[in-house]
Amino acid sequence: MNAEPTHPIKIAVRHLNFFYGPHHQALFDNNLELETGLVTAVIGPSGCGKSTHLRVYNRIFELYREQRAEGEVLLDGVNLLDPAVDVLELRRRIGMIFQKPTPFPMSVFDNIAYPLKLHFKLSRSELADRVEQALRGASLWDEVKNQLGKSGLALSGGQQQRLCIARTIAAEPEVLLMDEPTSAVDPVATRKIEDLIAELRGRFTVVIVTHNMQQAARISDRTAFFYEGRIVEYGPTERIFTNPTNPRTEAYITGRFS
Amino acid sequence: MKAHFEQEAVLLNARVGRLAAAAENALQLAVRAIRERNPELAREVFADNDAINQEEVRIEEECLKILALHQPVAGDLRYIITLLKVNNELDRIGDLAQNIAERAIDLAEHPVPAAGIELGPMMTEVRIMLKQALDALSCRDTGRAAEVIARDDTVDRLHRENFRLIKQGLIRQPEAADYYLNMLTASRHLERVADCATNIGEDVIYLEQGRIVRHAHLS
Repeated sequence: MNAEPTHPIKIAVRHLNFFYGPHHQALFDNNLELETGLVTAVIGPSGCGKSTHLRVYNRIFELYREQRAEGEVLLDGVNLLDPAVDVLELRRRIGMIFQKPTPFPMSVFDNIAYPLKLHFKLSRSELADRVEQALRGASLWDEVKNQLGKSGLALSGGQQQRLCIARTIAAEPEVLLMDEPTSAVDPVATRKIEDLIAELRGRFTVVIVTHNMQQAARISDRTAFFYEGRIVEYGPTERIFTNPTNPRTEAYITGRFS
Repeated sequence: MKAHFEQEAVLLNARVGRLAAAAENALQLAVRAIRERNPELAREVFADNDAINQEEVRIEEECLKILALHQPVAGDLRYIITLLKVNNELDRIGDLAQNIAERAIDLAEHPVPAAGIELGPMMTEVRIMLKQALDALSCRDTGRAAEVIARDDTVDRLHRENFRLIKQGLIRQPEAADYYLNMLTASRHLERVADCATNIGEDVIYLEQGRIVRHAHLS
């Protein structure tokens, strides 16, 4: 929709419809082109389909039998909804960070080592190197390097979230999906995660769902506004926040939504 | 949250409206002081301009406060930015009115030569432009804003015409140099007021359409 892409397209969503059951359609004809290496913010009121849309990308919805997606989501030109696509490999390429941090009930080290062992064959020293790289990549290394044996659950909320980001990037994904990654942490931790997203920009294609308009404005290159399962407006963040085209976008971002 | 922003925006808008009225009034007084050769009238402009300067600072502080506390976006952001810019133009108009008033005081001491300069048509045009620009702002009327911008050429032409007549007058009657130079300066200030009105018109178009039309020929 009304955006001229300036970077190669990483994910192209074509005519995506989504159903939570035979009588409940949640997404209507979504079309979106996500550009490689950019941060795209997805905004919209609660229940508008933001998270539903994101959950299609890594086919996590398939865990529920009733749920069904129609249309195409092309990852580098290949439709990832095709049953022939290997889901495990897909979820390595498209990592997801959730609203509440979800560390595994194991040590900080093992939290990162677990997905590495799942996806790659590594020697012990290679494994240790990759764990350190991932923790550094998530700006967490300095805070946990002396307590790698400590339980991941014993970290603070903000650290847990960065541990989850480290665990996700350890698998060397191409796309990072973040579903309200800072809604459960305090402003200081939010700031650290936002700084981290700025560092991840370029290396990964990031899609972030957020209810915080200032956050969307601060950290994203593109913004998509969802309303009632439809993508109302999509474009450069700068334009959406200074001169949106659609009156509903304007009403939402200025807080006049009824 | 929204109610707070709107309340503050309404108050700010009212203050800018009052400042606009004060700037318009100062200009009108200054113009009358020249036309009626009345230094008393001109001195009134000085006091008015002091009040305008003080209020301009307070309005700017208010805009900065709203930007910091409410972090407006989209139309709300453009609204506050527009008022901030218009505030600046109004302050400038107050200063120009004072400059014109200073010329009026000086002019009152010098006789009008045979070939006097008629600033009347230019004054009328500038006052209409300013009024139109302020109306365009209060009604958010881009049509009227565009008219103001188009009118600027007329004022520029009148100023060039004054320049030509003043030059002729200086050559013919060099002993009336004080009169002519004061009139040239006054004409120049009036032309600047028209520029300020034009800027306000451009700000209104930005407010409504999010388009910066200033220097559009360069892009």
